[in-house]
Amino acid sequence: MPRLHRFANPMRFARLSKAVLPWMAVLTILLIGTGLYWALLASPADYQQKDSVRIMYVHVPAAWMGLFIYVSMAVSSAAGLIWRHPLADIAAKSCAPIGAGFTLVALVTGALWGQPMWGTWWVWDGRLTSMLILLFLYLGYMALWQAYDEPGKASRAAAILALVGVINVPIIHFSVEWWNTLHQPASVFKVGGPSIDPSMLWPLLVMALGFTTYFVVVLLWRMRAEILARRIHVLMMQQAAS
Amino acid sequence: MNTFWHLVRRDITLARRQGASSFLGVAFFVIAVSLFPFAVGPDPLILASIGAGIIWVAALLATLLSLDRLFQADFEDGSLDTLVLAPQPLVALVLAKTLAHWLTTTLPLIIAAPLLAMFMALPASAFTMLMVSMLVGTPALSFIGAVGAALTVGMRRGGVLLSLLILPLYIPVLIFGVGALGAAMLGQDGSSALMLLGAFSLVSLVLAPLGAAAALRLALE
Repeated sequence: MPRLHRFANPMRFARLSKAVLPWMAVLTILLIGTGLYWALLASPADYQQKDSVRIMYVHVPAAWMGLFIYVSMAVSSAAGLIWRHPLADIAAKSCAPIGAGFTLVALVTGALWGQPMWGTWWVWDGRLTSMLILLFLYLGYMALWQAYDEPGKASRAAAILALVGVINVPIIHFSVEWWNTLHQPASVFKVGGPSIDPSMLWPLLVMALGFTTYFVVVLLWRMRAEILARRIHVLMMQQAAS
Repeated sequence: MNTFWHLVRRDITLARRQGASSFLGVAFFVIAVSLFPFAVGPDPLILASIGAGIIWVAALLATLLSLDRLFQADFEDGSLDTLVLAPQPLVALVLAKTLAHWLTTTLPLIIAAPLLAMFMALPASAFTMLMVSMLVGTPALSFIGAVGAALTVGMRRGGVLLSLLILPLYIPVLIFGVGALGAAMLGQDGSSALMLLGAFSLVSLVLAPLGAAAALRLALE
């Protein structure tokens, strides 16, 4: 653990992130560029869904990221709560809007995909519904940050909420699936079938990797901006005091 | 343990002396449910098919409305500081306050529920299941709600924020509560949903007071 604590120094973080950022940005552009070309042009269309299957290459990774970022946020929150590292709090805070964005993208692309496939924009399907609830959890988390004036207090309150939320995410997910199967058969969601051909799996994985590096880039950016904003705040307070 | 029961008794006495609070919750519950026949029409078949869900949602909202009082009064008059400084673990005291809150605000809702079931034309066979499912499920509402109440204590306009924080977490209770009731109305066995509901209540009984205690400490810094 002490080895990890070395990276918790905001100054060291600022230097490291500055060095890493351009490389990550280039990698992101390469991955998403390749992924998009592969997904939209080079991969085969589905025999049943035709070209609308290509929505999947954005939809599925976005949904994965929505969940993954929530877990990352909770892990940073726990670290911030236990070791009181301001950097962990900043990481958690910076995660939330990105995760909410990905969740929203997953919902919107899901609706766009649902329109031609199911004939309706919205179905109270188990997985769609749990993504919607995930979006609500993100919004609540961000609203709690907004509600406090002091960042120190806000970070700990938000961390408690994130931990309560992350315990609930799997419970909500499974209860919503259970609820759905009670009301309607699961046949609706088996459009693509559970098994996926390698010619579609690979572009999907490249896109997922690209989305992950995109998340890292935006996260580092947001964290740097947050650190600078706090420094400006301190400087302004000093100026006002003198 | 003694302090625990003293605190429960104190909160119940306070709620009783103020009188109106329990009654107001029940009144909200009854009025909210009786709005629905006006909205969807008085057809007993329609009412019976949506009644279980509506009663549960109204119970959820009635609980939510009462939650901002859970710690607010103690926060304002300073007794919350005494509780935090007390030699007893704060988690136990939070548990006591939540228990008292459940006894004074949620239990009256459960007692009023059969009346509403009658309004919504639910079959008489479902009355028992309605009360049992609420009895098993509503403690989770109080415990999870306590975390939200502790996080928003002392905030201006904390109530709106509270609903945003807490309502998404209430969804499993709603699903299993209505699920148990729906199964009973169809003449099926609702016990699996009931057990899941109980499990959710028990898990929140163990974990939520920890979060609420941490949030209260934070609020009083």
